[in-house]
Amino acid sequence: MTRFLLPLAAFIVLVVFLAVGLGLKPREVPSPLIGKPAPIFQSQLLHEPGKMLASQDNLGKVWLLNVWASWCVSCREEHPLLVELARSGIVPIYGLNYKDKRDLALQWLNQYGDPYTVSVVDPEGRIGIDYGVYGVPETYVIDKNGVIRHKQIGPVTVESLEKKILPLIKELQG
Amino acid sequence: MIPELGNFALILALLLALTQGTLPIIGAARGIPSWIALARPVVQGQFVFLAIAFGCLAYSFVNNDFSVMNVARNSNSELPIQYRIAASWGSHEGSLLLWVFMLSAWSVAVSVFSRHLPDEMVARVLGVMGLVSVGFILFLLVTSNPFDRLLPAALEGSDLNPLLQDPGMVIHPPMLYMGYVGFSVAFAFAIAALISGQMDAAWARWSRPWTTIAWVFLTIGIMLGSWWAYYELGWGGWWFWDPVENASFLPWLVGTALVHSLAVTEKRGSFKSWTVLLAICAFSLSLLGTFLVRSGVLTSVHAFATDPARGVFILAFLVIVIGSSLLLFAWRAPKVGLGGKFDLVSRESMLLANNLLLMVAAGSVLLGTLYPLIMDSLDLGKISVGPPYFEAVFVPLMTPAIFLMGLGPLARWKQASLPELMLRLRWAFGVSVVTALLMPFVMGEWKPLVSFGLLLAFWIIATIFVSIRQRLHNSGQGGLFTKLARQSRSYYSMHLAHLGIAVFIIGVTLVNGYETEKDVRMEIGSTVTMGGYTFRFNGASPVSGPNYQAMRGDIDVLRNGEKIRVMQPEKRTYNASGMAMTEPAIDTGLLRDLYVALGEPLEDGAWVVRVYHKPFVDWIWFGCLLMAFGGILAVTDRRYRLKVHSKHVETTTVVAEGKRVASNAGLAAGGKKA
Repeated sequence: MTRFLLPLAAFIVLVVFLAVGLGLKPREVPSPLIGKPAPIFQSQLLHEPGKMLASQDNLGKVWLLNVWASWCVSCREEHPLLVELARSGIVPIYGLNYKDKRDLALQWLNQYGDPYTVSVVDPEGRIGIDYGVYGVPETYVIDKNGVIRHKQIGPVTVESLEKKILPLIKELQG
Repeated sequence: MIPELGNFALILALLLALTQGTLPIIGAARGIPSWIALARPVVQGQFVFLAIAFGCLAYSFVNNDFSVMNVARNSNSELPIQYRIAASWGSHEGSLLLWVFMLSAWSVAVSVFSRHLPDEMVARVLGVMGLVSVGFILFLLVTSNPFDRLLPAALEGSDLNPLLQDPGMVIHPPMLYMGYVGFSVAFAFAIAALISGQMDAAWARWSRPWTTIAWVFLTIGIMLGSWWAYYELGWGGWWFWDPVENASFLPWLVGTALVHSLAVTEKRGSFKSWTVLLAICAFSLSLLGTFLVRSGVLTSVHAFATDPARGVFILAFLVIVIGSSLLLFAWRAPKVGLGGKFDLVSRESMLLANNLLLMVAAGSVLLGTLYPLIMDSLDLGKISVGPPYFEAVFVPLMTPAIFLMGLGPLARWKQASLPELMLRLRWAFGVSVVTALLMPFVMGEWKPLVSFGLLLAFWIIATIFVSIRQRLHNSGQGGLFTKLARQSRSYYSMHLAHLGIAVFIIGVTLVNGYETEKDVRMEIGSTVTMGGYTFRFNGASPVSGPNYQAMRGDIDVLRNGEKIRVMQPEKRTYNASGMAMTEPAIDTGLLRDLYVALGEPLEDGAWVVRVYHKPFVDWIWFGCLLMAFGGILAVTDRRYRLKVHSKHVETTTVVAEGKRVASNAGLAAGGKKA
C-alpha cells in the first residue's frame, strides 16, 4: 500500500511548490541594492573587444543598465520599447550582454536594432552576480552619483516605463 | 445578442456536464440502468451546446464585434478572415473554450465508438470525462469568460499577435489540444478501471487505440509548433526548451511510455498498475501544462497574461483531479495484482526499462522547467534553466533508451536470451558502427558527436531490417510479397514509428553538426557564398499586406553561376500593434534548407542579411510525421476493425439479455473477461 502512495506524496510536494510559486510576484521583489551604489565594473565592449568601459565613467549622468542576451525570449518583447526610448534621447541605455556569445549577440542587434549607447560583455555572468541578476531581462536606473534607484525585473513594458521609469528619470535629471 | 447566446449555451453545457459527471457513475455503482443509459445522450447534448458556444465566439470574431472584450483584444477589422476565425482560439479564453469543445468531441467519439463495451464501463468513462469538463467550463465561466462585453465598445481591435498570424499557428493549437485532451480518454478509462476493479487485457485493448490517436495528435502538434518556431521566429532554431514547449513535451514523453506499457498489458497482462499510473500521469501533465502556461507561475523569465485568480483556480482543479486519482490509485491498485511474470532479460523487461528511462527523462524536463520556481519558493535565489541543462540531461538518458529500442522488438516475450540476441544483432551493430564512422566524412568533416548521433540512428534502422528479415523468415511459405503482406499493420506501425525516431535523430545530428550561417552586410548587387550556393542581393522594396507594411528583399540564389530561384524575405511592421516581424524566406530541400532573413536596413539600400545553410533540417519534422503515421497505422490494425464488426452481433445479444438480467458491473465485467 505504502509504495502506491508514493505518486500521491510526490504530487503533494509539487502542489506545495506550485502554491507558493503562485503567491510569489517575481517582478516585484525589492532589490537589496536599491539606494546603494551600483557595483563597479569594467568590461570589454561588445562591438569593439579592444575597448573597455568602466561604470565610473558614467558618473554625473542618469543612465539605464539593461541586462540582455540573444537567447532571451522576453528581451525581444521589450526591445522595440528600448529602441524607441533610445531614439527619443531621454536617457542613455547601456547594455550588459549577459552570458552570451559575441557573434550571436551582434547578430541579434543587427536583426532587432541596437538601442544601446554601448554594450559591455559579461560572458561568465560575473557582473551579473554583483548586480544580483536572476532573470534576463532586467533594467536598472542609476543616478548621477552612481546609485541604483530602481530595478525592473522582466521586460520593460509601456506601463512600467510611463508610470515608474520615465517619471523617476525626469526627477533624477531635474 | 450572439455573445449572450454563446454564454447561455456554455451555462447549459455546464449543467449537462454536471449531469454527465454524476448520474452515470452513480448509476454504474448502484446498478440503475436508466442512469447508466443517460451517459451517451448527455454527452451528445453537451457537445451540441459547446459547439453553439464556440460558433457564437467565432461569429463575433468574423463580424468584428468589438463590444466583446476578447474580440477587441485579439482581432482587428483589417485582419484577414482566416486569421479572424483562428483568433477565436488565439486568446486565453478562446483557447480554453476550444479545450472543452475538444473534450466534448472526444467524449462523443467515445460514446459512438464504444458500442461493444459494457454499458457500465462506458458510463464510468464518460462520467469521468464529464467531471473534467465541469472543471474547465467552470473555469471559463468564473475566471475567463470569452463572452465578456466591453462597454462602450472599442472602435477598433488591437489585433491578433502577429506571431500567431500564420497558417502553422492556425492549426498548431488545435492539434496540440487534441493530443492533450485525448489523453483524458486514457485517463478516464484508467479511472473507470480503478473504480470497477476490472483491469485486464480487454481494458488495455479498449484504451490503446484512443491513447495512440491522442499521441498522434500530440506528435503532430509539437511538430507544427517546432516547425512554426523555425520559419516564423526568423531565428533558425527549432526547439528552445522553453517552458511552454516543455509543457507539451512532458505529456508526449509520458504518453510514449503509456503507449508501450499498454502494449505489454494487452499482450501479456503485465504492468497493470504501472499502466494505470502512466495514464493518470499523462493526463495530469497535460493539465499541469495548461496550469503552467495559463497561471503565470513561470513569468519570471517568460511572459504570459497573468491573473492570480486563474492560477488559484487551476491549482485547485489540479489538486482535485490529480489528487483524487492518485488517492484512488493508492487505494485500488494494490488489489490489481502484478500480472504475468517475466525474466530479467525479456521483451517486458526491456520495455519496462525504456518506460523508466522515458519517465526519468520526463522527470528531469519537469524539474528543469520548475526549478526556477522551486528555488524561488525556498528563497534560494532566482535562476533560470536554459538549453544546456536540458541537453546535458536528456541526451544521456535517451541513449540507452534508443539502444533498447533496437533490441526490444527482437527480444522474446517472457524470457529472452542475451547471447542469442547479441548473435542475431552482431551484423546490425557492426554495420551501424561502420556507417556512423564513415558517414561524417561524406558530409565533409568528421565530428565525434555527429558520429555518435548517427550511430544511434543507424542502429535503429539496422535493427529494423534484421527484425523484418527474421520475421519474414519465420512466417511460413510464399514469396517475399505474400510474406510481407502477411504481417499485421501493428507490426509495421511499430517499425515505422521507430524509423521516425531514426530520421529525426539524423536530422538533429546533421543540422547541429554542419549548419553554417553568415550575417553579412549586403549592398545592392553584392553576393555571399555558402555551401555551394551564391546569394545575390538585389535590394529591398516596400510592399503592403492587408494589415502590415513590409520591406521585401529580393535575393537570387545561384548554383554554378546559374540562377535557381529567387528568395524574398520580408521585414514586416504590423499596423495595429506596431510590432516588427521577420519573415524569412526558406528554400526547402530533401538534403538542405536555404534560409534567408532580413536584418536591419543600412544606408544606400544596403541591408544586414542573415543566410543559413541547414543540411537535413527537414528530416526533423519528417521524422515526427513518420512517428505519427506509425501511430495512425497502428490504430487501423485489423484486430480493432474486426472487434467492431464481431461485437455488433455480440452487443445485440448482450442487450437482449441485459434487459432480462439486471445489469451488474461485476457480472458484465466477468462475462467480458471470458
